[in-house]
Amino acid sequence: MTTAQAATSTAAARRVRRLPRFLRYRSAQIALAILAFVLLVAILGRFAAPHDPEQQIGVPFATPSGSSLLGKDYLGEDVLSRVLAGGTTVILYGTLATLLAYLIGGAIGLVAGYRGGFTDPTLMRLMDVLLAFPPVILLLLIATGFGSSPAALIAGVVLVQIPSVARILRTATLEVSVCGFVEAAVARGDALWVILRREILPNISGTIVADAGPRLTVSILLVAAVNFLGLGLDPPAPDWSLMISENRAGITVNPWAVIAPAIMIGLLTVSINVIADAVARDRGTSVGVETMRR
Amino acid sequence: MSDAALEIDELAVATRAGRRVLDGVALRLGRGESVGVVGESGSGKTALAHAIMGFCRPGLQIAGGSVRVAGEELLGRDERELRTLRGRLVSYVPQDPATALDPSARVGTQIAEIARIHAPGRDAADLVRTTLERVGLPVDEEFRRRYPHQLSGGQQQRIAIGMALVCDPPLVVLDEPTTGLDVITQARILDEVRRLQRELDVALVYVSHDLAAVAAVADRVVVMYAGQVLEEAPTRLLITRPRHPYTRGLVSSVPDPRSARRPIGIPGVAADAGAPPDACCFAERCELRIDECLSSRPALEDAGSGHRVRCVRWRETGPPVSEPRLRLAVAARAAPLLAVQGLVAAHRTRGVTRTVVHDVTFALDAGECLALVGESGSGKTTTARCVAGLHAPAGGTIAFDGAELAPLAKRRTREQRRRIQVVFQNPYGSLNPQQTVSEAVSWPARALQGASRPEALARVAGLLERVRLPSSTAARYPGELSGGERQRVAIARALAAGPDLLICDEVTSALDVSVQAAALELLAELQRDLGLALLFITHDLGVVASIADRVLVLRDGATREEGDVERVLGAPQDGYTQQLISAAPSLNVDAAPPQVAAS
Repeated sequence: MTTAQAATSTAAARRVRRLPRFLRYRSAQIALAILAFVLLVAILGRFAAPHDPEQQIGVPFATPSGSSLLGKDYLGEDVLSRVLAGGTTVILYGTLATLLAYLIGGAIGLVAGYRGGFTDPTLMRLMDVLLAFPPVILLLLIATGFGSSPAALIAGVVLVQIPSVARILRTATLEVSVCGFVEAAVARGDALWVILRREILPNISGTIVADAGPRLTVSILLVAAVNFLGLGLDPPAPDWSLMISENRAGITVNPWAVIAPAIMIGLLTVSINVIADAVARDRGTSVGVETMRR
Repeated sequence: MSDAALEIDELAVATRAGRRVLDGVALRLGRGESVGVVGESGSGKTALAHAIMGFCRPGLQIAGGSVRVAGEELLGRDERELRTLRGRLVSYVPQDPATALDPSARVGTQIAEIARIHAPGRDAADLVRTTLERVGLPVDEEFRRRYPHQLSGGQQQRIAIGMALVCDPPLVVLDEPTTGLDVITQARILDEVRRLQRELDVALVYVSHDLAAVAAVADRVVVMYAGQVLEEAPTRLLITRPRHPYTRGLVSSVPDPRSARRPIGIPGVAADAGAPPDACCFAERCELRIDECLSSRPALEDAGSGHRVRCVRWRETGPPVSEPRLRLAVAARAAPLLAVQGLVAAHRTRGVTRTVVHDVTFALDAGECLALVGESGSGKTTTARCVAGLHAPAGGTIAFDGAELAPLAKRRTREQRRRIQVVFQNPYGSLNPQQTVSEAVSWPARALQGASRPEALARVAGLLERVRLPSSTAARYPGELSGGERQRVAIARALAAGPDLLICDEVTSALDVSVQAAALELLAELQRDLGLALLFITHDLGVVASIADRVLVLRDGATREEGDVERVLGAPQDGYTQQLISAAPSLNVDAAPPQVAAS
């Protein structure tokens, strides 16, 4: 590409930056619509629920009927109402845990990658120790140690995610740290946090975006897994992951009690990943289809 | 069989979108003849080198024309046929031997493999020996069992050249074969190439951005620009009497280590491939432009004695310009601005400490330019980094304006940090791609002079004007700028702090020569107008001759010679300096050709 062409195309891109550019991918458009639907259900669904989600209204595992479109669960509560009301916890805790993992793990990775010297191996060996625990064991330890509470649940997921966040951001930081503009900042004597914020963070944001999609999915699935094991939230609170666990005994009688919440979790994670991919491709951080064709 | 080693006619290579990377290229090369193909970035010289092999990069395709090597047509054949033809007819020496050689195969095995595939009837072991002998490498078992990473850059390039000659092809294409090598190694390789060409009667196509290096080996030189041949002439004629304004500009912009001449750059930015079909591709930057240049593409005209030129006004082009450089009288001061005393610096990798600078001492006055010259590993960059506060010295002192400097920048006073600024080698890495030019250029005033954001932003236009960039540059991102423009922005960013000392670490080595000349001109102007002291790190003696007042020659971290630039370059006392100067390629045809004393 000539400089002139590059100039016009980036200039054009800047003008339309108000509209997210990743939306030019059809897959991203569809995924965004799906995500919006899932979020809508999770946030507003409880108000549209035909029955009280925590009220026994019929026989356990009753098959779908006119008044209860998806049938009843193991306690005879309405499945549809519980699906409509049960998305908040998974999404909220998953997102919160991911954000906290980036905050803590990201800070560790940035400092380790930028400082090098003794700081780097010290911090990274610490991360390796955390990494050495199988995630489920770690979550079980926390759940048994602190009881099953939302705080313990989030802390557990954050702890599982921190080492890999730190590792990825450290590698990205290492690459950027050797660039001339970072050296220039060091020679100017800019403060550590100024260098990290002005010079390094903007240049590794592509990596963060590419990593965020799968990571959010993993967090949500971890929250769901812990709930499924019955260590997170206590029944009878409606929750998609809890529903899968509660109702699996009756899967042959009323499969909807398991399938409906599973579909919701599936839609949520797939749509997040497709969007993250599109954003990453748009920022040139993942190898796009066009560039790979030979 | 035809008498010509290479005949190219009407060759066109285009992108999928139809942009012509090569357009109407014609070239004829007799047996045993050598031709240099010279061009700046984007000129299409590498595409030409590839097309001679019947190959083009992914995304490109051969759009027409013919390439015949020793009478055999290479274009329009499938990959299988090409592979056998290439082994027999034409071989290729790529730019970077470090990546061209298989890192996991011993060198003997690699050479034997070629012999096995392309010369099955002959004794492989014997061919390996001949190959190594030819390129002046040891033939013993120990050497043959080495891996590429156990060889020096020069040795790797010799192996690559030897491998190209295994099957005695009539034609060899060398793509920037000495770029990235030290001058002395480069001179040796060029010697070797010349000798082999004579001995083996092989035709060479020598592709390079370095006119001086090409001139040292080629009988004829072809000048490429925007995918077209602009001029072709016997080497001496092309250098002394170029007819195309572009060639004239190119010759004028090559700095010469043998004379204190000021190189003169070509204004504007090099045009990219895809020249307009109905205009001269150089018209935009040409001082001789007339209306006709914009309305029709000039034909390649014969100018006599094997000289062809694509310009309607070739009869009016003057000889290359040569201006003596201006020397400033540096006011003598009681104390130097920068005094480095007994500097020792070391690198630590995996627990092993290696001293790379031993006891280096020098002083720099205000308004003076001191060049630190040396080959890779001479410690010149480490010395500069110590002065900049990026590398803590292991010994010695650095004093600035009478006060001793702390080893690291963050321990120095803000005033010291403001007064010492650095410009880095790689213009692509020295600017933050996520910041606009105005953000980058305004920051030092905020960080080092305590200016407010509006104050700092108000100064940006003036700084850009200082480095001769239009004020519209301020809103752009580095990705939208050319290499030369980025380097100017980096200089503007350094100037924003209002420095007294500018450390320039190989600032021109990544730039095309015509752009380099303009950058050197700018730095000399800043030195003169602002009274800046320059600490100029370079490996290029031509650059030294055109900008430095004094020069310090380093080798393996120790000072070999120091003195006034005319004295050191004109009458070097030290053996190594003499070697370095005689090895430097030069367009000065009256001076002796580059030579290397036997090692």
